[in-house]
Amino acid sequence: MKRLLPLLFVLLCAGVAHAASPLPSDSLYQLTVPLTDQDGHTASFAARRGTPQIVSMFYTSCTMVCPMIIDTMKATRRAAGEPANLHLLAVSFDPERDDVDALRRYAAAHKLDLRWWTLARTGPRDTRALAALLGVQYRKLPDGDFNHSSALLLLDADGRIVARTNIIGRTDPEFVAAVRKATAK
Amino acid sequence: MRRRLALMLLGLLLGGPTLAADGASSKYRPLPGGRFESVLPADGKTAPAVLKPFRLRSEPVTNAEFLAFVKSHPQWRRDRVPGVFADGRYLSQWAAPDQLGPAALPRQPVTRVSWFAAQAYCESEQARLPTWYEWEYAAAADATRADARSDPAWRERVLSWYARPSNDALPPVGGKPDIHGVRDLNGLVWEWVEDFNAMMTSADSREQDGADKLKFCGAGAISMEQKENYATLMRVAMLSSLKATDTTANLGFRCARPE
Repeated sequence: MKRLLPLLFVLLCAGVAHAASPLPSDSLYQLTVPLTDQDGHTASFAARRGTPQIVSMFYTSCTMVCPMIIDTMKATRRAAGEPANLHLLAVSFDPERDDVDALRRYAAAHKLDLRWWTLARTGPRDTRALAALLGVQYRKLPDGDFNHSSALLLLDADGRIVARTNIIGRTDPEFVAAVRKATAK
Repeated sequence: MRRRLALMLLGLLLGGPTLAADGASSKYRPLPGGRFESVLPADGKTAPAVLKPFRLRSEPVTNAEFLAFVKSHPQWRRDRVPGVFADGRYLSQWAAPDQLGPAALPRQPVTRVSWFAAQAYCESEQARLPTWYEWEYAAAADATRADARSDPAWRERVLSWYARPSNDALPPVGGKPDIHGVRDLNGLVWEWVEDFNAMMTSADSREQDGADKLKFCGAGAISMEQKENYATLMRVAMLSSLKATDTTANLGFRCARPE
């Protein structure tokens, strides 16, 4: 405990210093979107600042491409050597059906390690804005499914896009190299 | 106009969102909605779009209106907007970040605005950007018909506007109202829609049949129907090629509200 206190103090100070420095103009965290995760916790998208992230969009009832998106994120992390400071975020296109429960069940079914994984949802308007920010296209179909483009984005600790890949179903060597570089710092 | 603006500003000063909303709501016209044969079938094949009744801004947002917005929301000034929300040409036709100047007259439609900026403006009017279906449905009207698209003269008029050189100065808003009392949907500027990033049409129409399963979950890219409605298809192609940060000299916007 005695040893923990100074550590906590340092962490607190670091946190304060971090929050105080202005976001870069090209940081995606400029967009104020609330994200609710698989545990029901809501925090702003910008609260993810401080750690490199792989970000993508998916929805839980998609059986074709979305499991591949999640698997590709997993495989990319493995290929990059499981860096401890790399977080993974997948946001749902389908806030209507993907409630906290659906996200939690999906995380369990796909054995996602919640130490670094976050499955999240936000409101319909914010979902569209987040997709616009990430350069992802999606369209709801009358049967409730979605057409959507698939992309993985690598954000640096300040939320700037440093790499992007549309390769799904296998790891993209260039993207993996970018992950290694971003997490080595 | 000036009185309406003054009222809106007064509303903002008094911190009364109700007053500001009242000032803006007179600019919105009701449209009935219903089933609509869009060039983009809802299911990618033949299903019509179904629209709820909504209200559409009778005119595109003007430079004067956008200037008032930028003054009350300075985070959207061109010298303060984060790069992640607008490219470098954002509002570059204005003389200064808070001044219109000779290249941007008050009654001209505002252009060089990003999707993020347009959406933020609409939110300031307790509104949002119209969806593509709302926009296409509204723009199908002329002075006497809610859907004039089967008339070759209507199509010709839209296409002849496209052919006009875009380096001429933009006319002011205030074209003839259509049957809904809405002006300038065709013939003045291209306009943002809320779901501009939902138009997943392939650049090459030959790709549309072989659903690119890795790129598109579900049914693959949607196909575009009504090939004779070339004028509308051009607009879809333009919108689907945009990024949310893009700003161009002839792309403006108007806002919509649910009924």
